[in-house]
Amino acid sequence: MLKQIEGSIAVAEAIALCRPEVVCAYPITPQTHIVEGVGALVKSGALENCEFINVESEFAALSVAIGASAAGARTYTATASQGILFMAEAVYNAAGLGLPIVMTIGNRAIGAPINIWNDHTDAMSVKDAGWIQLFAETNQEAVDLHIQAFRLAEELSSPVMVCMDGFILTHAYERIDVPTQEEIDAFLPPYDPVQVLDPVEPYSIGAMVGPEAFTEVRYLAHEKQLQALRLIPEIGAVFKDVFDRESGGLIHPYRTEGAETIAVALGSVNGTIKEVVDAMRDEGAAVGSISICSFRPFPLDELEATLAGAKHVVVIEKSLAPGLGGILASNVRMALREMAVPVYTVIAGLGGRPITMASLRGILEAAAKGRLPDVQFLDLDHGAVEREILRARGIRRSGPTAENILKSLGAAAVAGDE
Amino acid sequence: MFQVRIHGRGGQGVVTAAELLSVAAFTEDKYAQAFPSFGSERMGAPVVSYCRMDDKEIRLREPISAPDALIIQDPTLLHSVDVFKGLNPQGYILINSRRTFEELGIAEYVARFPAHHVCCVGATELALRHVGRPLPNAALLGGFAAISGQIHFDSVEQAILEKFSGDVGAANAAAAREAFDIAKAMGAKGMTAC
Repeated sequence: MLKQIEGSIAVAEAIALCRPEVVCAYPITPQTHIVEGVGALVKSGALENCEFINVESEFAALSVAIGASAAGARTYTATASQGILFMAEAVYNAAGLGLPIVMTIGNRAIGAPINIWNDHTDAMSVKDAGWIQLFAETNQEAVDLHIQAFRLAEELSSPVMVCMDGFILTHAYERIDVPTQEEIDAFLPPYDPVQVLDPVEPYSIGAMVGPEAFTEVRYLAHEKQLQALRLIPEIGAVFKDVFDRESGGLIHPYRTEGAETIAVALGSVNGTIKEVVDAMRDEGAAVGSISICSFRPFPLDELEATLAGAKHVVVIEKSLAPGLGGILASNVRMALREMAVPVYTVIAGLGGRPITMASLRGILEAAAKGRLPDVQFLDLDHGAVEREILRARGIRRSGPTAENILKSLGAAAVAGDE
Repeated sequence: MFQVRIHGRGGQGVVTAAELLSVAAFTEDKYAQAFPSFGSERMGAPVVSYCRMDDKEIRLREPISAPDALIIQDPTLLHSVDVFKGLNPQGYILINSRRTFEELGIAEYVARFPAHHVCCVGATELALRHVGRPLPNAALLGGFAAISGQIHFDSVEQAILEKFSGDVGAANAAAAREAFDIAKAMGAKGMTAC
């Protein structure tokens, strides 16, 4: 049913329609509205046969989810930012144990400096924990990916993380088609675990494994992700049959036919990128874009095939590997290892900095002329960072960087007013 | 695409106003996208929210820097925030105030806009009278429907009644109706304040 609704509430309704049996979560901005929404549906009785467990921390949230999932319950949780760091050990455990938990990440920056706004640092901090990571481009896709995530997780027996941009998606009111219970039931079969803790037939889950078998167990974790590369498009195709719309899959290419400059990104920024692509195409520029939906597993072959004709690849990413540059860009380079094509890294949208059409256009135009540096920070205030670098060079006790930058910007704003 | 930027202070229902506007547009089969500014959400602090409306899917995710309409829920912001920044020269301005543009000190600025595009409505007083609380957001949407013609009053009313149940919904809808009538009457007379 079409609704004008907040992204978080739409996701909460979709989760409830997937009939989870245990939901445990700890609130953290900007994910809070989702778990509050699920909690309200449990309390009202709209979501039956579900235990909503209030826990004392994110570590407890995912630990309870692990226990519930191992006991055979369809299990859901959600978090963001420092929350995912606090549950990091359990994040690895859920994947290592192969438990099909679905978790939403309302993507947010990680401190210090403390910042509640959107970027992808939280998801990137656990990118190699063994979870499948899907990124939603729109709120409709966020709803649809959660539905697909349960099926994918349970078919593979692997946890799945659905990443949706904090505030930009979680707090946006938009037109969203929230499916009916009948549609979901037609798509998502009941959970049939491959392993379950059952007193009638007791065994253990979570053995200690020494050097004699650890590599083999880890290899199978990798192999499971490779299976997901096949399964994700298959599930997307079944989803289309039932719901009559495209959602999910590995990548979404946009106007890449004949494109010489192609932007690659994760998540909601792809909407703005498409507007820029359309504007530049109207003027005859050969540009296109690719939204990567599945970041783990990483679709190396699909990217290589789609980027085969590109002369300039511009990776726009909301995360930073300090001392290296781009995380997504490094992964894209892996896909293009047999091609001599420049892959530029554009670090953008950190800590909620708006990514505007004007700035993106400038980047794509510069890339087309071969005038982008290897790593660029979009809309960086060069004056502010240069002032701070110079100041810190001239004085030993230069003080805390974040406070210094804030002071410097405040002083510049006052000077500008005068 | 028609873009609205709403300025107010934390606690005045600025975010709710944008959401209501998007619901009103949705009831007219339009695509709409409402979202808050991602700033500090403290009571009394300047707050901004946004609403885009279009006949096709809205993909753009940047904040609205060149609005077609401004709704200013608190006139004290005129002196602390550049609320008019980027406004379309043919755009619309609705200010929550019983004072005139002259009294607000912006007569010269608003004179650049078509006379029926700019209006002051004392929405806080309307809200106090109808709802019993100084929350001007719903009433202002009635005024917005009147001056902009972008949305029918019935859609605004429906959105308000969906959001607020019972007496609270009816009272907010009544405040919005009065604001709509006031703004319409002023537009017809070429006046800009009540």
